[in-house]
Amino acid sequence: MSAGYVTGGRDRRRLTRHLRLGDRAYRRVLQGFGVFVLVIFVAVGATLFIQAWPAFKHSGPGFVTGTTWDPSHAIYGAVPFIAGTLFTSAIGLALAIPIGIGAAIFLAEYAPRRISGALGMLVELLAAVPSVVYGLWGFLVLGPIFQNTIEPRLSWLPFAHGAPLPVGLLLAGVILAVMVLPTIVAVTRDLANAVPATSREAVFGLGGTRWQMVRTAVLPAIRTGVVGAVVLGLGRALGETMAVTFVIGNTNAVPNSLIAPAQTMASLIANEFTEATEPFHASALLGIAVLLLVIAVIVNALARLLVWSVSREVRETV
Amino acid sequence: MTGTPLKTFFAPDSRSTVAAEAEARPAPAITVRGLGVRFGSKLALSGVDMDFPTGRITALIGPSGCGKTTLLRSLNRLHDTTPGARVLGSVHLGDLDVYAPEINPTEIRARIGMVFQRPNPFPTLSIYDNVVSGLRLNGIRKKAILNDAAESALQSAALWDSVSHKLKTSAMRLSGGEQQRLCIARALAVEPDVLLMDEPTSALDPIATSRIETLLRALVKQVTIIIVTHNMQQAARVSDYCAFLMVEEDRVGHLVEEGLTLQIFSKPADPRTEEYVTGRIG
Repeated sequence: MSAGYVTGGRDRRRLTRHLRLGDRAYRRVLQGFGVFVLVIFVAVGATLFIQAWPAFKHSGPGFVTGTTWDPSHAIYGAVPFIAGTLFTSAIGLALAIPIGIGAAIFLAEYAPRRISGALGMLVELLAAVPSVVYGLWGFLVLGPIFQNTIEPRLSWLPFAHGAPLPVGLLLAGVILAVMVLPTIVAVTRDLANAVPATSREAVFGLGGTRWQMVRTAVLPAIRTGVVGAVVLGLGRALGETMAVTFVIGNTNAVPNSLIAPAQTMASLIANEFTEATEPFHASALLGIAVLLLVIAVIVNALARLLVWSVSREVRETV
Repeated sequence: MTGTPLKTFFAPDSRSTVAAEAEARPAPAITVRGLGVRFGSKLALSGVDMDFPTGRITALIGPSGCGKTTLLRSLNRLHDTTPGARVLGSVHLGDLDVYAPEINPTEIRARIGMVFQRPNPFPTLSIYDNVVSGLRLNGIRKKAILNDAAESALQSAALWDSVSHKLKTSAMRLSGGEQQRLCIARALAVEPDVLLMDEPTSALDPIATSRIETLLRALVKQVTIIIVTHNMQQAARVSDYCAFLMVEEDRVGHLVEEGLTLQIFSKPADPRTEEYVTGRIG
């Protein structure tokens, strides 16, 4: 330890003690911040659970498995909203993933630099649009188009029966897709731009076309990160409240069709919390919030598992 | 390096296969006339006239920034993939005008293979899939053809004996030198007429470097090789012909002189060449 130092013993000790002090203080502060995050999470979760407890006790397991939500008779079943949340998010991702990855690959690999810069900025602006604006636009503009033009042409689909409305699952899913898209595009594009030139030239040097280059060099290199981007988008889709509330139709029933009006967990809370005067009603809404939190945690854990398994596969080959 | 007698570059045994004395120069595999490259408004290379003899190793040497890599990359139209790059003049592969408008650059790149500075095997593919990737990119799917090509390419790259039992493992498990030989095998599998090498040993240790150099002497019997190198001893050891490029204050990258390697290193026509090969500049 001591060998090799140029400074004398006492000077050095003073110097390192000083460093150690600063080091320790710095560590404590960071530790504090870390604990703070944990405390907030636990506090929110605990308060929600405590306040939701009366409704849980009142409804029993039926709270999670019941399909009826009728506050006037104090019947609280969350299935319609769990279904609404999962369906809208699934529709949103199903649309946003292919479009988002495609757009990102176009921006990174095909578009001339000037177009790519301008389009890229637009995409990032999309992420800055407040969700209430998306909701309003969805309700006023997209809703009528869906009712009159799109949904009547979807009746051949197996799960798209029912009267076309200016609201519903599909419309909410499409709005969610628009909202999730910028995240997926921006992250995927940055990942693609970070793929080193040597990987690309390996394909070009063998006589590969640009598409072959994308498939062989770019996509395998970025897949882990893309999963991460999708998870970010999914997080937003699951919890999105304002925009969905505008276009979901606010119907407390399990949706029986792709175009049926429905309700998500978040939109239910937004719709009913001001008038939650029936017995257990407010508590039941907090119970929904607990379920939403649990679903978000489960989905994130699954996504992490997916990222982990994909990256392990890559690590094994590295 | 200053003052090193030129003869010490040439270890007698390592050059046994190299045409040490003047020979009738073989017909050119690639002919370059008035070649220049500009990136945006900046000219990087200009006015190169040169023939690359068939079945020989030609080394491109010169100080950093002289345009040797730029020259190399213009031969297989790799600059096409760089936005803003423009190639002037002409390149012919045999009789084929490489830059003719009707020519598809991907076909050129299948006939003129390339090996890069850093080994760049596809990290998610196995050794086998790496070797046959060029063939698959060119639409060949038949298992028997792929297997034969993989074996003969790995044989040519002196890698078969050490990897034949683990073809399905990841290419990234190989050492750096083995990865580079895998990249050479990958380039050879599509049976190119010419193999371009851009400082192929600069990321490798001396032992791996020497194995690649030995390999090049064996490979030149089946493919014309053009190699960029920073290392003059390497140029002297492996090349039959040598081209010296330079960049000067008032002149962008250009060809100073080219000829038999022995002549370039022992009796260069241009004093700048002599200064460079004896280590006084660059």
